[in-house]
Amino acid sequence: MPEFLQFLFSGLTVGAIYALVALGFTLIYNASDVINFAQGEFVMIGGMVTFFAVAAGIPLPLAALIALVSAVIIGVLLHVLAIEPAKGASPVTLIIITIGASIFLRGVAAVVFDKNFHSYPPFAGSEPIRVGGATILPQSIIVLLGTLAIVVALWALMTRTLIGKGMVATATNRLAARLVGINTAAIVGVSFALSAAIGAIGGILVTPITLTNYDVGTLLALKGFAAAMLGGMGHPFGAVVGGLIVGLLETFGAGYISSAYKDAVAFLVILGVLLVMPQGLFGSAGVERV
Amino acid sequence: MPGMLRTYWVVLAVAVIVAVLPYLVPTTFYLRIAALVFIFSIAVLGLNLLMGFAGQVSLGHAGFFGIGAYAVAVGPAHFGVPSWLALLLGLILAGVIAYIIGRPILKLRGHYLAVATLGMGILIAMVFTNEARFTGGPDGMAVKRLVLFGWTARGSVAWYWISGVTLVLAVLLAVNLIDSPTGRALRAIHDSEVASRVLGVDVARYKLIAFVLSAVYAALAGAYLALFDALVTPATAGFLRSIEFVTMAVIGGLGSILGSIVGAALLTVLPQLLTVFHDYEHIALGFIMIVFMIFLRAGIVPSLAQLLRRTPQ
Repeated sequence: MPEFLQFLFSGLTVGAIYALVALGFTLIYNASDVINFAQGEFVMIGGMVTFFAVAAGIPLPLAALIALVSAVIIGVLLHVLAIEPAKGASPVTLIIITIGASIFLRGVAAVVFDKNFHSYPPFAGSEPIRVGGATILPQSIIVLLGTLAIVVALWALMTRTLIGKGMVATATNRLAARLVGINTAAIVGVSFALSAAIGAIGGILVTPITLTNYDVGTLLALKGFAAAMLGGMGHPFGAVVGGLIVGLLETFGAGYISSAYKDAVAFLVILGVLLVMPQGLFGSAGVERV
Repeated sequence: MPGMLRTYWVVLAVAVIVAVLPYLVPTTFYLRIAALVFIFSIAVLGLNLLMGFAGQVSLGHAGFFGIGAYAVAVGPAHFGVPSWLALLLGLILAGVIAYIIGRPILKLRGHYLAVATLGMGILIAMVFTNEARFTGGPDGMAVKRLVLFGWTARGSVAWYWISGVTLVLAVLLAVNLIDSPTGRALRAIHDSEVASRVLGVDVARYKLIAFVLSAVYAALAGAYLALFDALVTPATAGFLRSIEFVTMAVIGGLGSILGSIVGAALLTVLPQLLTVFHDYEHIALGFIMIVFMIFLRAGIVPSLAQLLRRTPQ
């Protein structure tokens, strides 16, 4: 039982990060049909910028803020410089552009920062908390609470604000949204900024546990993408559930079956889900975005 | 015979390039790069049959490339199989795996197909990394030289000719396929799956043919690269390699045979030129991918062809 709890805790922690990446995918996909493979790089930027700002003597909260703002600026630049000029291109073309952006950002990070692994002290001490025979790091609780806060904030944004309703309308029907006077181009820009912010927050929160380097984005993006597909592409709630499921499966798979094939578990499940129910867990069967 | 020429001019052009190039370059170093270009061209050509003609995306073809590469590495080292037989077995294995995976996967479309093939590629790469007993794990393993009738294939010149001749044959096969009823069926599927199904085209079957064929092309290229380098690592089958293949196909021009070679050449030669700026290699690669996709969306060869057609004779 303690073993089970232990896997549950760490599964939920990594799952939360996958959920945030998947959420970022979903926001951009809903606004523009673009699958942004540079999503993992936002997580990397969040962690790396925070580390180097802290190393430069800047207090942690301010360092985190700098990281967040940098990620948002890069997210907006990505939209303005790479996605917007390629408007109307085929999905494969757009996928190549975002993968190009991801390779580009990784290259810049390797040059501007370095290729080493980095971490900074956890926010609330490193003394593990004992729960039912298992232990949980305070930082894990912060990651989970942070994810929850982002989900709640996003929900409030979608349902309570004009810009959020504009996002929902754009996701539902772009042409109709434009007809009722929604600036859909601006909505796409906002989606990129939001996705970057969400990814960066994930990176800032999780780096004390998982460490970060210039290269962490690739696998995060792939698993986040998998999570988004599992939940049903374009479905924010599905993205979060998908992320948690992928995280849990991966941890339990590593714990009970084989740790060497930890990363395989996620992709096996994705293949299975795709073949059995291609619309994902929460995607409506009627909607087909090809 | 202008009709024949119209169909086979690509084969002829590639054959001439392969035959003449050794007389134009100053050192064998260039032949080494040319051999790499030919090897990657074979893989990209196969992928282009799938993407450019059948219209199905694959983000996992490095997996098949890796199967070919590891077949010629593991076969001789662990099972005493001669390299040429290991190569053949690798091609068959890649084809069989593509057939088994392709049947269910090719029912998916668009992003779903992309993620499924991506997952497939990563799973295959993971086997190479983890089955260290056979594959040497993350460090990879040495590959025995190819021996044919007592002659050992080693060095740039030998592999230039092997890969060059193979590329010409691969192009010939591709041209014949495109010009056959199968090729027409594939292009019909690309234009409209529904319409081709209505017209009685067995969509699933033709997609599968393209998928299996592209997997075999990729495996052949992988085997060649492993035999040429005498070394194979899991990066051979990695996600980035898959992306590289797709980028080569798209930059060169989807649906263009010559484009496959031009795309492969560009992305192979460029990093060689950029080794001086080794640290900036990734920045440059990412930048090129973005710029090409924004400004030359149709790919180099189709864009040039269109430009030529527009210019008054």
